[in-house]
Amino acid sequence: MTTSIRPTSKKVLDRRSFLHVSAIAGGGLLIAAYAPELEAKAALLTGRTRRADYVPNVFIKITPDGLVTITSKNPEIGQGVKTHLPMIVADELDVDWKDVRIVQGDHNTALYGGQGAGGSTATPQNWTPMRQAGAYGRSLLVAAAAQTWSVPEAELTTEHGTVFHRASNRSLKYGQLVDKAATLVPATPLTPQQLAAIPLKDPKDYRIIGTKVPGYDTHKVVTGQPLYGIDFTMPGMLCAVFEKCAVFSGKVKSANLDDIKKEPGVRHVFIIDQGAPARDGLMSGVAILADSWWQANSARKKLKVEWDEGPMATQSSAGYMAKAAELAKQPPVRNLRKDGDFEAAYAGAAKKVEASYYIPLISHAPLEPQNTTALFKDGKLELWSATQQPSGGRSLVVNTLGIKTEDITLHIMRSGGGFGRRLTNDYMVEAAAIAKQVPGTPVKLLWTREDDIQHDFYRPAQWHNFSGGVDAAGKVVAWRNHYVGFGDGTNFANSSGIGATEFPARCVRNYSLDVSMVPTGLQLGALRAPGSNGIAVAIQCFIDELAGAAGKDPVEFRRDLLSQWQADPPPPVDPNAAAGGGRGGGRGGAGGGQPQFDAGRMRGVLDLAAEKSGWGKTTLPKGTGMGVAFHYSHLGYFAEVVQATVSKAGAIKVDKVWCAGDVGSQIINTLHAENQTQGGVLDGLAEVLSQEITIEKGKVVQTNFGATDTTFSLMRIRQACPVEVHFLKTNNPPSGLGEPMLPPAAAALVNAVYAATGKRVRQMPLSKTDLKWA
Amino acid sequence: MAVTFKLNGKTTTVDVAADTPLLWVLRDTLDYKGTKFGCGVGQCGACTVHRGGVPVRSCQLKISTLAGADIKTIEGLSPDGSHAVQKAWEELDVPQCGYCQAGQIMSASALIEKNPNPTDADIDAAMNGNICRCATYIRIRAAIKRAGEIKRAAGAVPASGAKPGSNPGDGAFDGTAGRPRSLFDAAR
Repeated sequence: MTTSIRPTSKKVLDRRSFLHVSAIAGGGLLIAAYAPELEAKAALLTGRTRRADYVPNVFIKITPDGLVTITSKNPEIGQGVKTHLPMIVADELDVDWKDVRIVQGDHNTALYGGQGAGGSTATPQNWTPMRQAGAYGRSLLVAAAAQTWSVPEAELTTEHGTVFHRASNRSLKYGQLVDKAATLVPATPLTPQQLAAIPLKDPKDYRIIGTKVPGYDTHKVVTGQPLYGIDFTMPGMLCAVFEKCAVFSGKVKSANLDDIKKEPGVRHVFIIDQGAPARDGLMSGVAILADSWWQANSARKKLKVEWDEGPMATQSSAGYMAKAAELAKQPPVRNLRKDGDFEAAYAGAAKKVEASYYIPLISHAPLEPQNTTALFKDGKLELWSATQQPSGGRSLVVNTLGIKTEDITLHIMRSGGGFGRRLTNDYMVEAAAIAKQVPGTPVKLLWTREDDIQHDFYRPAQWHNFSGGVDAAGKVVAWRNHYVGFGDGTNFANSSGIGATEFPARCVRNYSLDVSMVPTGLQLGALRAPGSNGIAVAIQCFIDELAGAAGKDPVEFRRDLLSQWQADPPPPVDPNAAAGGGRGGGRGGAGGGQPQFDAGRMRGVLDLAAEKSGWGKTTLPKGTGMGVAFHYSHLGYFAEVVQATVSKAGAIKVDKVWCAGDVGSQIINTLHAENQTQGGVLDGLAEVLSQEITIEKGKVVQTNFGATDTTFSLMRIRQACPVEVHFLKTNNPPSGLGEPMLPPAAAALVNAVYAATGKRVRQMPLSKTDLKWA
Repeated sequence: MAVTFKLNGKTTTVDVAADTPLLWVLRDTLDYKGTKFGCGVGQCGACTVHRGGVPVRSCQLKISTLAGADIKTIEGLSPDGSHAVQKAWEELDVPQCGYCQAGQIMSASALIEKNPNPTDADIDAAMNGNICRCATYIRIRAAIKRAGEIKRAAGAVPASGAKPGSNPGDGAFDGTAGRPRSLFDAAR
């Protein structure tokens, strides 16, 4: 289904120059493609046009018909990357967007380097390399025209995929120049210095960047064309379901396999057990393969499995809560940061506030259930999978099943949502393990919604135990958080930690961040704005509590806090973070206060959100209130104001959100940026409104979508309020928009509910608290 | 069992187990992949198709109940994406991940057929059974209004009431977000 530009043979890939340059590229990787051998081979190998194609690098192909084909290397999960990275290339190349074709690249680290969707990293990592790639291609075409006409390059201009010599009123389309340009490729790959010397456009000359470009696949989406992993099919394919224990530590003891084999359409039934239950990987279970998925899943309903549930069967949400409460009363496992003297300052504070916040487990629930199609044949494995982290999936397959990396081909399919769920590739290794049992037969594994909700890598719970003091003037003089997250007692579990520089560190002189860990057997993982999506709620709500104690307006109080910001020497490094046990596995700077935090940028968006919302200037009726919050994550600064109305019966209606964001100097695709930001804001609201996963006897209680205690609640259109989006453009490199808008929305809503009702909710989600008022 | 029904205007016969939901007949038996599986319990609306012009959840419809039924899927809405709702969805670039959008479009097209000039409340009532995990709801509302506009222009239905694209969330970025544009205007 996906056809990528693969102008390379194995032989070419092995060449030192190619790999060498690829490594230098860091996040960019496209420089690799300037290896001249590659281009020569490319001309021979593509063969799709009658004449030799010219390939400035592996991401770009310009054919004599004037079409420009750009390979999108990163997975498309709804973040718009398949459109917006090629926009950057096309603008610098100076071609018309209508002449651009985009194809999805297969997983190929040698060719593309990193290919992930996570951490809002695509823009900051690719902004410069993609511009350079386009500019380099353009420079070769200009050189070709200069030679053709025997005029200096300086006299030439480009526009609409055409080189112009205005002085002689001549022009040549790029398609007419590609053969000549192909002869001009330098004998050696460009050095980074040479690459950096290629002039880039002045932003005022952008014709594509900064405009509204519809998603490249939007037409296919609205006409129902097969695009997603679940849509892949091939002749002779069987459909599979995989029954696992509801307890994560569970293993199959026995099952009525012979009965199931007699069910209609069923072709194979077998147990998969790799030995010790593998967290983050292949669990023990029963695979059923049938001619159709409905047959496989119908047979599954008759499956009787005796499980050895393992040690996690005694765990529960109530148990985690009790343990966290116990830990909060004890000395912490360790201190992450200590500034000044918290105890003395707190003792001397004019007003003291203590409060504990609870952030629950929640599920990602992307709408496309997990799936992968796998074909194991002649010792080689081919995979078609919707994944956010293809290299992680391939490694998991290699390590679990002993198939060599070079024997695996992984096709990246469009994902029906990601949200961090598809950073873990358990479904991929399951499909591979099943296919390995039936060599030569393609197998599509498809989970049910229940499988997904009950076998997620959940957003970890958090417990924040704050003590804060303000002085007589209303300034914060003491702040302590004893933060409790999931972990093995010493180290944090995946995405369960907190950063040592988390705000308001460096804004409060007497500051202490202590941490402890609650053990769990749960699978945990990064959910959109990992860490931040809970941390912002707790911290921004406690800031409001302190503002209340100080008798200050929440916006003014935050301005004052930001004004106290002092840079300090590089913060103490959490040794655990280096071991990958910190926030989000190091993906994209989830931390809310890394050293590069710029209090001035936050002040900018806070002022903008306050201005646009009319903060402090409107009188709202009882039951309606505005809340504010800001948070820094993934290099993005967002401040948001939420207005919410709580009925006398206690029902919350969010009226409107004003969102101000600073993600640097340039919004690349203004059409999608607004959509993405509005969606992320609504996602944040949905999380605190009613989302929670609970555990009993080691099992997830929730089963499918719905609005009860035993189901999982996603936002519906009735709950979707208007979201006004404002971007503050500042002179900083563009950064990503997948995540940073989410955390402040969640926090500001909780503050708005307080403003509306006077009830300070500290246990999320809001739906658990009776908000009735008279 | 063999069941004959009309699918996108064509008489179609399938021979599958009687309890097979229409969703899986469409996806696996007939290879119509536009209709999506999201929850299997009628909660998310990703599998929405029309039965006699009425939006229904195909995961909840057993094939045995569909003899003689008139079923339309996203593939049958138009041959080329020219239905007013599809055009509006493209103009406003509604999708993010896009997975739910076939279901959204089927619900929206049934609404527009009955009521080409819906209010926000009409839209919310008609669309509340369709979950969008990416929460593109603001664009969905605007696109339904735009589709009504397209339909009214084509069919000369009198216009009144709701103003297309009047959702306060629209256009806040620069005043034109979500307004109709031809597909490639942006690049010119």
